[in-house]
This record gives sequence, structure tokens and C-alpha cells, in this order.
Amino acid sequence: MELLVSSATGVMTAVGIYLLLSARTFPVILGLTFLSYAVNVFLFSMGRLTINQPPIIGATTAGYSDPLPQALVLTAIVISFGMTALIVVLALRGFLEAGTDEVDLAIPREGGPADAGTKGDMARPQP
Amino acid sequence: MNHWIVVPTVLPAMTAALLLILALPHHLKHQRVVSIGATVLMLALAIGLLMLAGDGAPRAYFLGNWPAPFGIVLVLDRLSAIMLLLTAALALAVVIYASTGWDTRGRHFHALMQFQLLGVNGAFLTGDLFNLFVFFEVMLIASYGLMLHGGGAVRLKAGFHYVAINLIASTLFLFGVGLIYAITGTLNMADLAGKVAAVSADDQALLKTGAMLLFVVFATKAALVPLHWWLPSAYAATSAPAAAMFMIMTKVGAYAIIRVYGLIFGADAGPLGALVAPIVIPAALVTLVVGAVGVLASRSLSDLVCFSVIASMGNLLIAVGLFDGVGTTAALYYIIHSTLTGAALFLLVDLISQRRGKLMDRLEPAPAIANETILGALFFLGAIAMVGMPPLSGFIGKLLILEATREAPQAPLIWAIVLGSSLLMMIGFARAGSVVFWNNPKPASDLGEAGVAPSRDGLSASALVPIVVVGLLLGATAALSFGAGPLTSGFQATSAQLLDKAGYIRAVLAPAAGVAMGEN
Repeated sequence: MELLVSSATGVMTAVGIYLLLSARTFPVILGLTFLSYAVNVFLFSMGRLTINQPPIIGATTAGYSDPLPQALVLTAIVISFGMTALIVVLALRGFLEAGTDEVDLAIPREGGPADAGTKGDMARPQP
Repeated sequence: MNHWIVVPTVLPAMTAALLLILALPHHLKHQRVVSIGATVLMLALAIGLLMLAGDGAPRAYFLGNWPAPFGIVLVLDRLSAIMLLLTAALALAVVIYASTGWDTRGRHFHALMQFQLLGVNGAFLTGDLFNLFVFFEVMLIASYGLMLHGGGAVRLKAGFHYVAINLIASTLFLFGVGLIYAITGTLNMADLAGKVAAVSADDQALLKTGAMLLFVVFATKAALVPLHWWLPSAYAATSAPAAAMFMIMTKVGAYAIIRVYGLIFGADAGPLGALVAPIVIPAALVTLVVGAVGVLASRSLSDLVCFSVIASMGNLLIAVGLFDGVGTTAALYYIIHSTLTGAALFLLVDLISQRRGKLMDRLEPAPAIANETILGALFFLGAIAMVGMPPLSGFIGKLLILEATREAPQAPLIWAIVLGSSLLMMIGFARAGSVVFWNNPKPASDLGEAGVAPSRDGLSASALVPIVVVGLLLGATAALSFGAGPLTSGFQATSAQLLDKAGYIRAVLAPAAGVAMGEN
């Protein structure tokens, strides 16, 4: 079980990092998801790998499984789930507004006629 | 237990919930009243907490009365109280500034702002690493919303980068926290401070890995080279009030470095002691150089301010990296100075760029802007403060840093880089100011076509409020400069309290032991 869990964590981390380095938003999001799966499994194993043990120490129990990493994982899952939803929407909006899902869009900072519209959007209306 | 300690997290949460109910556009006036009112209350509360913490005893607050290290604990000491006060003051300035127009460009500006306050206040108060993660997340989630406030393709692209970088940092944070928990069995900072020195030799490498992963996260937040590249694109693309508020977020990174690597992995933590001290100062020096060169190379005012913020983080982290009394004193002074100055400059650049029509904040000659005299004077003052010339606070902050590093082995190098980068920044700011305020060709027909013709009107009441806000922020740096004597003695007391780890550990763990014994 130790080999399975540790290799799964390693493979997921590697896949996540590989995908993060790509130049399109969708693989980057998949990479982030893989990375968060990896960290969830990793956090679980931080409480030592035990099965069929109660999470509470009692007078009659022989051992216990550490409940704290489970609580940490729960928090981490909630946060990463919400964040994944956010970044998907963000990538989609970016795709719809810019017409491409390349991560490294050359942001037209030197104003030309082409970007006058987007620049104008950012300008605050005169008070 | 003093229940006021938990209020800095409860008040913004309640206010934000109320603001979400008031989200309809015709409630905007009410939103502004509630938001400004709550931030004023927060400021009053922060002043009260600072006075409470002024007696020098760290106070722990046990949520649900669970004894530490088993329950969640908040700790108020001088450092937390100072940071809370700085946050509240900055937030008040930003909320008032945003109420003059920026908050009409999206629905939930004020609610997001309060959530951001919740996260920042929580990060300053928390006494354990996992809640530091949680409050980081609260702060970041609100900042994603603020970052995107107003929309636009450029902002969305920069926002994607910002969110992705921070999600990766959060994942690393969890890896680090997991490793630390696996080795020590606790995440309470006071408890960790006692246990790290006693870790067995086999486990030291793993614990060190965890600690260094956390450092990567904090360095990313604090924009330490080579983890600083997200900052210019994110801060330049976002709205001015959001950028001004984000000035406190880089400081959260610096605060976390002071807290975690001072308290838990400090010099006396056995074989893991002084873990990051050899890295921080060299990286901070490079940060300073990158910032100064960036200032010189900027082609727009917002880039100029972003890189000067990076340079100021470099200065700050030099002082932090000393991890001693004088260093921390200088760092505290510089934190307050650079937060206020950076925020003032971001808001000022917004005021300038909205008066330049299509040209925005690019450093190109343009017809003279409206209210040129007052904005030019404010820019001059802001530049003096940021570059670190007398009489404003940047000068004294830099002086304190130079004084603190005098004994350090690399002192000549540090002095050369600090002073040389000041010169570069001065040239950069002088050039930018000259182009914007002095190089004003007569309005030609081709310049005015799509741009807003600069109106030479006097100041209307609505245009006056944002200028006054910027003026007050810069006035605060002047006050920081003139009150430097009493303030530094306060900061000395703060850094003495930080070095007294036994006091912190006792405050968190001893009452808990008492409670547990009393109830059993």
C-alpha cells in the first residue's frame, strides 16, 4: 500500500507539473487539478497509512487513524474545488474575450488602434 | 480571554454578508455607507487592540475554548496589532477612494474588499500554520475578485496568470504543511517552536523540505526574486484601488517570513535553526536590483510603480533577513512606509491616467493635464518617499536598514546596492515626472481625436475627494517621518517581544494547560 500511495502521489505531481508548463489554459487547469489531487493524497498519508482503525482513541482500541489530516484534506478539497471552478470560468471568459486560449497572450500594452477598445474599457469614467 | 481579539475577523465577515444583501445597483449608496462605516469601526478596533497589546504581553484567544495545541488559536501581540492597524488604515483610504467611482464598475467591490480584510486580518492573528493557509486562501480568493474588478481582456489574461500562480503556491503550502505535520505532529506555531529543535536526525531532512516549501510560498507572496514576475503584470493590469489594497498582501508574505522563520525555525532551533537566513539577504539584494532596473526601464507609470514596489520589497527583506532586533525594527518601519507610499502612488497614477485620455499612463508627451499643479506636487512627494530622499519616511526607513546592516558581513555590498538602486530609482522617477508633467506639447488635432480633451477646470467636489485621499496617505508617510523617534522605540519593543519566544509560547500553551487541568 505504501508503494501504491507514494507512487500515485509522485506520478500525479509529475503529470500536474508537466501540464502546468504548457502554453494553453486548459492543460494548465488540468495540471492544477492533478496537483491538488496529489496534495490531497499526500496529506492523507501524512497521518500514517492505516486501515480499519477508529479515528478516536478509546480504552479498548488497539490503534487509531489520525483524524487531523482528514480534516485538513477536507478543507483542502473544498478550497481547491472552488478554485478550480473559478479558474475554469476565468479561462473561459479570457477565451471568449481574447479569442484564443493561449496562456501567454502578448498583452498589447503599447496602445494601437487594435487595443483601443480594451484599453478604453479599463479607463475609469470621468467623475 | 479577551473576546476583542476575534472581532477583526468577525466584523469584516458580517459586513461582507450584509453587503452581499445590498448588492443591487440602486443600493450603491447604502453599500458605500456600510463599507466605510465598517472600515472606520475596524480602524477604531485596531487602535484599541494596539493599545491592548502595548503592555507587552502576547494574548492568545482559544476558539471554542479548546486548549492549544488541539484547538484553533489566535494570538495578538504587538506585531499583529501593528499590522492590523496598518491594514485598517489602508483599507479605509482605499474604500473611500473606490467610493468616488471605481465601485460602479462591478457589483461586489465593497463585499470583496471586506472579505479581503477578513483574510488579511486572520493571517496576521492566527497562531497555527494550517489556519495561516486558510486565511491566505480567504485573502487570495477575495483578491481574485478584486483583481478582475472592472473586467476587460487584458485584466482577464493577467488575472489567469495571477490565479494560476497563487494556486500553485497554495498547493506547495499544503505540501509543506503536510510534511511539517507528519514529522512534528502539530501545526500550532508555539508548539512547533518547542518541538522543532528536538526532531530526530532521521527526520530533519523531511522537516527541512517542508520548511523550505513554505518559504517558497511566502517568497512568492513577498515577490522575492526569482518569484516576483507575477507582480508587475498583475498589479499593473488591475484596478487602482485593488492594486493599492494588494500592497498589504506582499507584506503578509514578509510578515509570514518574520513569524515562521523567526519563531519556529529561528536561530536557536537546533540543527534546523536559521534555515532561510543565508538565502533571504542575497535574494533581497537581487530583488532590489531588479526593481531598480525595472523602474528605469518602465514605459508606463503603473509599471514604474510596480517595479518600485518590487524594489521596496527588496529593501524590506534585507532588513527581515537579518532576523535580529535592529533588523526587525527597521523592517517594521519600512513595512508601514512602503505600504502607504505604494498605495498612494497606485492611486495617484490612476488619477493622472484618467486625465490623459487615450494615452493613459504611458510615458509619452501629452498636453498638460487638468489639476496639473496639485497632482504634480503629489507625484513629486510620492517619488521622494518611494525613492527614499529626505524628508519623507523612505529616507528614514533606508537609514534604519543601512544602520541595521552595518555589522553584517556583507555590509559593503548591501550598502552599495541599496544606495546605487536609490540613484537608479531617482533617475527613473525624475524622468517619468518630467515627461508627464513638463513635456507638454500644445494640443494638436491628431492628439485630441479619440482622447478626452483635457479640461482645465478647477477642482470639483467629486474630483477633490480622491486627491485628498492620496494627500492623506502621503501625509501619513510625512507623519511617519516626523514621528520616527517614538515610533522606532515602539518597534524596538515589538522586535524585543518577537525575540522573546518563551513569552509567546507561554502565552499560547500555558493557559491551555491551566484550563485543561481545571476542567478535568
